[in-house]
Amino acid sequence: MMQFMLLFSRQGKLRLQKWYVPLSDKEKKKITRELVQTVLARKPKMCSFLEWRDLKIVYKRYASLYFCCAIEDQDNELITLEIIHRYVELLDKYFGSVCELDIIFNFEKAYFILDEFLLGGEAQETSKKNVLKAIEQADLLQEEMETPRSVLEEIGLT
Amino acid sequence: MSDVVEKTLTALPSLLSLDSQPGTGKLSGTSKLGNLIRNIAELTSKHDEEKLIKKELAAIKEHVSSPNTTLRQMKEIMVRMIYCEMLGYEASFGYIHAIKLAQQGSLLEKRVGYLAVSLFLNESHELLLLLVNTVLKDLQSTNLIEVCMALTVTSQIFPKDMIPAVLPLVEDKLQHSKEIIRRKAVLALYKFYLIAPNQVQHIHDKFRKALCDKDPDVMAASLHIYGQMIKENPEGYKDLTESFVTILKQVVGGKLPVEFNYHSVPAPWLQIQLLRILALLGKDDQSTSELMYDVLDESVRRAEINHNMTYAILFECVKTVYTIYPKSDLLEKAAKCIGKFVLSPKINLKYLGLKALTYVIQQDPNLALQHQMTIIECLDHSDPIVKRETLELLYRITNGQNVTVIVEKMLDFLRQSKDEYTTIDLVGKVAELAEKYPFTDNNEWFIQTMNIVLSVGGDVMQPDIPNNFLRLLAEGFENETEDHQLRLHAVNSYLSLLEKDNVHVPQRFLQVISWVLGEYFFLKAETKPEVVLDKLGRLLDQSFVTSETKGWIIAAITKLSSHTVCPNTVAEVAQKYTTSLDTVLRQHAFELKHLNEDRDLIRRVLPLDASCEDIEVDTSLSFLDGFVADALGRGAAPYKPHHQRQEELSQEKALNYEPYGLSLPVSLSSCSITGRQSPTGLSLSSGLSGNSTEMGPKGGSNSLKLEGVRNVWGKEGYLPQKETTAEGTLQVLPGHEGPGTEESAMENASLQPDLASPTIPEEDQEKQQLASSLFVGLGSHNTLCLMGKSENTSQRFRRKTNKTQESSNASEKFSDSSISSRSTVESLMDNNILENTSSEQETELTTLNQSSNQASEFQDSTTPDGLLNGGEREKQDMSSDPSGQAPSLFTGGDMVILQPSCAAAENEQPPATRPPPSLPTELSQLAHSGVQGLCSNESIAVSACKIYKDDSVVLVVFITNKSTSAIKDIIVRFAPTELKVSESTSHGFPLLEGQNTANCQCSVLMEKPCAQGALVGSIAYQAEPEKSSELQFSLAFALADFIRPLTISTEEYGKLWLAFSNDVKQNLKLLSDAKDPLTATLNALKETLQLHIVDIIGTEGIVACQLLPAIPCLLHCRINTGMLAVWLRSPSPDLPDCLLYQCQKAIQKL
Repeated sequence: MMQFMLLFSRQGKLRLQKWYVPLSDKEKKKITRELVQTVLARKPKMCSFLEWRDLKIVYKRYASLYFCCAIEDQDNELITLEIIHRYVELLDKYFGSVCELDIIFNFEKAYFILDEFLLGGEAQETSKKNVLKAIEQADLLQEEMETPRSVLEEIGLT
Repeated sequence: MSDVVEKTLTALPSLLSLDSQPGTGKLSGTSKLGNLIRNIAELTSKHDEEKLIKKELAAIKEHVSSPNTTLRQMKEIMVRMIYCEMLGYEASFGYIHAIKLAQQGSLLEKRVGYLAVSLFLNESHELLLLLVNTVLKDLQSTNLIEVCMALTVTSQIFPKDMIPAVLPLVEDKLQHSKEIIRRKAVLALYKFYLIAPNQVQHIHDKFRKALCDKDPDVMAASLHIYGQMIKENPEGYKDLTESFVTILKQVVGGKLPVEFNYHSVPAPWLQIQLLRILALLGKDDQSTSELMYDVLDESVRRAEINHNMTYAILFECVKTVYTIYPKSDLLEKAAKCIGKFVLSPKINLKYLGLKALTYVIQQDPNLALQHQMTIIECLDHSDPIVKRETLELLYRITNGQNVTVIVEKMLDFLRQSKDEYTTIDLVGKVAELAEKYPFTDNNEWFIQTMNIVLSVGGDVMQPDIPNNFLRLLAEGFENETEDHQLRLHAVNSYLSLLEKDNVHVPQRFLQVISWVLGEYFFLKAETKPEVVLDKLGRLLDQSFVTSETKGWIIAAITKLSSHTVCPNTVAEVAQKYTTSLDTVLRQHAFELKHLNEDRDLIRRVLPLDASCEDIEVDTSLSFLDGFVADALGRGAAPYKPHHQRQEELSQEKALNYEPYGLSLPVSLSSCSITGRQSPTGLSLSSGLSGNSTEMGPKGGSNSLKLEGVRNVWGKEGYLPQKETTAEGTLQVLPGHEGPGTEESAMENASLQPDLASPTIPEEDQEKQQLASSLFVGLGSHNTLCLMGKSENTSQRFRRKTNKTQESSNASEKFSDSSISSRSTVESLMDNNILENTSSEQETELTTLNQSSNQASEFQDSTTPDGLLNGGEREKQDMSSDPSGQAPSLFTGGDMVILQPSCAAAENEQPPATRPPPSLPTELSQLAHSGVQGLCSNESIAVSACKIYKDDSVVLVVFITNKSTSAIKDIIVRFAPTELKVSESTSHGFPLLEGQNTANCQCSVLMEKPCAQGALVGSIAYQAEPEKSSELQFSLAFALADFIRPLTISTEEYGKLWLAFSNDVKQNLKLLSDAKDPLTATLNALKETLQLHIVDIIGTEGIVACQLLPAIPCLLHCRINTGMLAVWLRSPSPDLPDCLLYQCQKAIQKL
């Protein structure tokens, strides 16, 4: 099971954090600081995996953003890389050629997409189409906020 | 994806200034969040940022508390708060508003509210309780999006205690018509299962339904639950193997809709999940494994496209193939896959290849030989992660010949590593290797290596490293002169270390130094004790030395002072520290002072080189009997154990003072047991304290501190002639194996390059040389064992200190042994003698002698499985020792015999059916389980039977020799788990004739209540001379095995009820079709769980039971709207929960 996922910039600024295990704020900060430091210090040609405490860290850089996941010992590193990749694909599709700024200014959307893709640390929906369908349907409501509720109830998910 | 993210932060200003540019519209550049982000981006210092955010948070705080803020504004504020928190600034004042927003907001606001809650709070946060009602409401909503949101938040964070409130609603959703709802409901249940498995116990049927769901995503979600359940209890789900195999077949065959493809790989996530489950199911299980061979083959074959995802699947396949029962052609394919990984130019794949190698190397050492050049390259890789993994791999192939090279590589890495975790891990491994091969080069190597370990590992390493080292030094090996040399080396190297002026070594190392100097200073005759004393005395004055270390140093000084007349330094030290503020130091100093004044006493107390001699300790404190009798005579209250005092306390008071009572019992116990330091003293009741003889042997066992010691000492490094030739063979690459085995390893090494290329550059030659030193002694030869875990029988050694212990143990066995098994024992014994006199070879004369000694002892004692190698003296000891301790047999050698399970073992013959071994008659009359097979191979079979005695659970282990020839030196060991095997964790048999069965008994206790525990053990034996093998086994125990009725009256029940503080409540199913449902249900529970029904009054029933040895648990059952409301209480915090789980299971079965 994935333990947590962090997105941070090349400058070390945290852009997104999702924790799938209960930890205290202090611990989260410590882990984030330590990992950002470790990952940024690694050279581009080095391998994407790290052993860190009793966890495995899988990270990948997309342009200026680092995507960094912590998984357990029995988990598969390569598929975690693909999870990161699929998430980037989803962001890309949703924002349309995503860049770091999209994530900075719309981080709540990035969270919604992540929640629709990963739940409780496991991939819940692996079909790209379905994830985006679920998000867009929720987004649609924005425009129809003023319409009466009975209409809303019929929208649902088809 | 390369075109995905081109724009970077550097582009920020230009983007923000151009609002019209496409894409910026959605950046909401004009929003308050946008402003905030922009302002922060403009700041240069961390300090400015802090100021700005503080200001922002103050403004937000004002806003949220204002009644005029609309929900829409609140949503916007919430997003800003999330942002501030992400930057590391606390906004806890807003948590409650996040909950409110989730509760009151319209859909969009609710979505942000839920998101904020899931980001702000964690499972244990108290505010989360306020969310429960909102979740309940949304779960019942007719709007699908609301239901989805509620389910999402439930599977992220939910308070454990409130699960019962939402559980029925979530369960209902499993039947929902929309797959997205069903899928999320399954994942919510998965979350519940993880945090509170007992709560979802009753819906296992529904999990099965989810597994059969027509939607692949719902099915995939249910696999998470199954993966977890199978991990915990693989036995319970073997019947599902075929279903999983079928699903995987369909997925691999591309039967799923195209939308589940990922870069044209069909449903990879699903595939990997299934492969992992199959590995769990097929582990150590041949018949189950056979079901999956085909589909694994298919998976490996299909995963051929060159994409990362297929490598992910291949990697998982390799892991599964090597985990399940082996099949040769699959293994071959898996090995090929590993080759693909290792040889890949991509660093990620190479790294995983190394990992895979590390994983399988013990099964297939040849693979390491195949890839030795790659391994050497990786050893010097620029990426420390790759280097580290390579060392891990080398660690696993270490043997007596390559240990120096490998240890050196590890130490090199250690010196550069700054990561504490890595240091701790590596230091432990180096120490382990050094201790395993202490005589590899010469004695100095061991001491020097340990010196580096102690100085690099310093104070972060595991504390057992210095302890083991000292123990090793003290107990010594087989050879007296070598032991002597070793100690002398240690003393020498420490003295020269202390020579330097600024010794700055870690505390642990100083402690080791002072102990060794104190114990063995006399070995170095040319240095006077005064000199050593002086050095230690100077060390004492150093400021960096902690007071704990000072304690060690003073102890060393005390020992030194017993053999020298040097009153000055000693007296000074004593004088100085008698006024120390540290009480321990002060005590040491006073001891030193008094001992120093009484020369006779000090020689008696601290004899030379006696650290391994046993010290007689009277743990029953019988010397206090007079004192106790006096006190009692003068009217003092007799001693009462802690629990008795508590009970009386609760009886006296009508009210339950539990929450405040904590300090009271503590002070009570501390005053009533003054002077009783030993933990056994506490458990003695006052009546017992007089009988010292009864406790005698226990004292002996307390002084023997051998538990948990790795019994791996031997000196494989010194090779007998025979072995050298064997190693020589192995050096030849596979395929070149055969005759010509007399060549030395070095010669072979020079032959190898010829295979690669005719001319070799110098650098490569170096590598080749390194390779030959690293991979020496590796290969497929049968007699070779990896990691030196197999030791020669002739090389085993005995710990000197154990002699007396052995004898007492054996005598215990003698008095304990079953008389009824005498006849079988005698026949076994006769065989022993026969075997020994006829078939043993001359070279094994020692063994023979031992065995005949054993045989004679068999005759004396009719011990069914006693293996003892002492002579007459010990037998006398035995008869004079009236002990009553349970069996604890010492088994001759302390060797560990571990043969990695051979990968090519599939030619094993199917086990012949034979009648299960039968129990000794006096045991067979007790309640017992059926005889259950634990493990077996072509030569030996182990099975076990649980005997349910009133006061204990006894495990009888049967060992059957399936072959026709005798098996020697059988040792059964149990590893410590949540289950405790009493007294002795190993049992041994010197010899088991062909087609014979032996048994041993031990009693099992559950130390800490848990629903299910596994007893893990191993059996080591020698089927043929010089070749030892080992089998692992495990046996599951349920809590129910350890539950016994607690017979008490209703009144006693009432008192006890008030005294217990840990409780759990839960509704259980009622057997409603019976005439009297309560009685029927309780009787059913009583039948299955051995409970005692105290009373049934109307719709209420009270039931009592105890967990062995004596942890009571009380149940209060009441009929409540068609359910059985059960309330459990116990002094143990875990017992009620576990027992409840057992009750649920029991009722479910009915």
